[in-house]
Amino acid sequence: MTAGATTAGGPARTGRAGRLNRALDNRNLLGLLFMLPAAALLLVFLTYPLGLGIWLGFTDTRIGRGGHWVGLANYLYLAGDAVARLSVFNTIVYTVVASTFKFALGLWLALLLNEKLPFKSILRAIVLLPFIVPTALSAIAFWWIYDAQFSVISWMLVRLGWIHQYIDFLGDPWLARMSTIIANIWRGVPFVAICLLAGLQTISPSYYEAASLDGASSWQKFRYVTMPLLTPIIAVVMTFSVLFTFTDFQLIYVLTRGGPANATHLMATLSFQRAIPGGALGEGAALAVAMIPFLLAAILFSYFGLQRRAWQQGADS
Amino acid sequence: MIGSRAATAADVVDTAGMNYLASLPRRLVTVYLPLVVFLIVLLFPFYWMVTTSVKPDAELLDVKSNPFWVVHPTFAHFRHLLFETQYPRWLWNTLLVSVVATFLSLSCSVLAAYSIERLRFRGSRYVGMAIFLAYLVPPSILFIPLADVVFQLGLFDTRLALILIYPTFLIPFCTWLLMGYFKTIPFELEECALIDGATRLQILTRIVLPLAVPGLISAGIFAFTLSWNEFIYALTFISSSEVKTAPVAVVTELVSGDVYQWGALMAGALLGSLPVAILYSFFVEYYVSGLTGAVKE
Repeated sequence: MTAGATTAGGPARTGRAGRLNRALDNRNLLGLLFMLPAAALLLVFLTYPLGLGIWLGFTDTRIGRGGHWVGLANYLYLAGDAVARLSVFNTIVYTVVASTFKFALGLWLALLLNEKLPFKSILRAIVLLPFIVPTALSAIAFWWIYDAQFSVISWMLVRLGWIHQYIDFLGDPWLARMSTIIANIWRGVPFVAICLLAGLQTISPSYYEAASLDGASSWQKFRYVTMPLLTPIIAVVMTFSVLFTFTDFQLIYVLTRGGPANATHLMATLSFQRAIPGGALGEGAALAVAMIPFLLAAILFSYFGLQRRAWQQGADS
Repeated sequence: MIGSRAATAADVVDTAGMNYLASLPRRLVTVYLPLVVFLIVLLFPFYWMVTTSVKPDAELLDVKSNPFWVVHPTFAHFRHLLFETQYPRWLWNTLLVSVVATFLSLSCSVLAAYSIERLRFRGSRYVGMAIFLAYLVPPSILFIPLADVVFQLGLFDTRLALILIYPTFLIPFCTWLLMGYFKTIPFELEECALIDGATRLQILTRIVLPLAVPGLISAGIFAFTLSWNEFIYALTFISSSEVKTAPVAVVTELVSGDVYQWGALMAGALLGSLPVAILYSFFVEYYVSGLTGAVKE
């Protein structure tokens, strides 16, 4: 390292560099040194804000004005607020319905793609497209598809003679909920399908051959070979899927901004609404923090629920 | 009766590896038909984006004509977008932020993953778990307190704020992915290098990184698309039009007034999606392995 050191300070520098080198051979010291950049960024911009968010939830901070400790006032106010309660209800409906469909359709698509097909890799690449383009931008396409006056879906249905007047997809509370959920499913199915396909490809064909020899039907093979072997990966994929769906923001923000009459506000969009344009940082933070218990419950349920089933099935076979 | 018996017979042999025995008509109905429906539904919004972006306004607002076809395609919307709005600048902002945030995250993640997986310092297992937990913290919970942090650091309304904050979701993901790749590199290679007098930094740059190139590409591509698609932070921390990223700018700047310019909006959505779509098409395998690798670990 110091081979080129020809100055008077040469020996001293060699000594110091040697000590440095020896210190760097210590894996604990070097390990911490290597962790430093990542840890610094994560502590300043992730751990600290997480704590700060929880603290803000207990204060009446507004944008540009420091807050005072108000205890549970924000949470009590939100519990009595009809819009906040509606947003909790919406978030749960949104997550449950969208995740169920994403799982069912994703698994189906994965099974279809696992068949022997021509152009399989191209098909797989195409299927994942909805997942990789920016959600905000594909949501704009959905916005236009759902337009009250020029919707292509309405146009088709009118042409078919099934309806006589254009549907106001984003104008009616339940229609708006369903429309946003469908857009969410559209974006989420590819993710679930591609991940489950990767899981399916790890299942050895010999299991199916053995099952065939034992006279198992297609359904039995799916139920007793595919599902048990796929369950661990389903648990992980669905945990992520539920997490993304529960905290979704972009789709609602672009499609409805929470309307009509707050019918599609999710907890994330409402907390944005209250905190950033509304200025009530404390109240927004409290609403965001209120998502944490739901999130933990959802993660624990989908992860351990499915994981334990896999373990039980593995144990009694 | 006979038909149903034939169906069960087909069931029995319908397995991977024995597919060729399944009758073609049956496969048409159970495999190809649903697959085609899936593809049509998944691709329709893109088709819709493309046709709308090249349709003249007169055709767009004409309820009588067939909306699926463009009679007189025009590039007027693209021209408007590229020369009369700040769209090129928004694209440049997005590119700058995504590239810098990706490189920053990758360098931090390489060091962190090597440190956790290979140096195995005391407590490295817990640090690995913490990194995984960090990946589970959603931006929707963090953006409000982060807005406060950004403001206090004087970074509000700058691209630097996004460059520094995107690593909070990129580093956990990249580190987790790279840990999986580093795990597959044999320890013996490193031990040989240590005996030959290589320092840890030399081992990392000359031995581990060249062997982990596929992992680096996967993590890089994935990080790039994640930052390109990021919305809520860019919406919250940026307010001036000149520093907005493309997804946010299309939603906030192009949607103004009562009359929506659907043509320009769709052109904006299309141009904003194209860079990631093109990058993705070149590196599909890496992207998929990144996606599934992170889930499988």
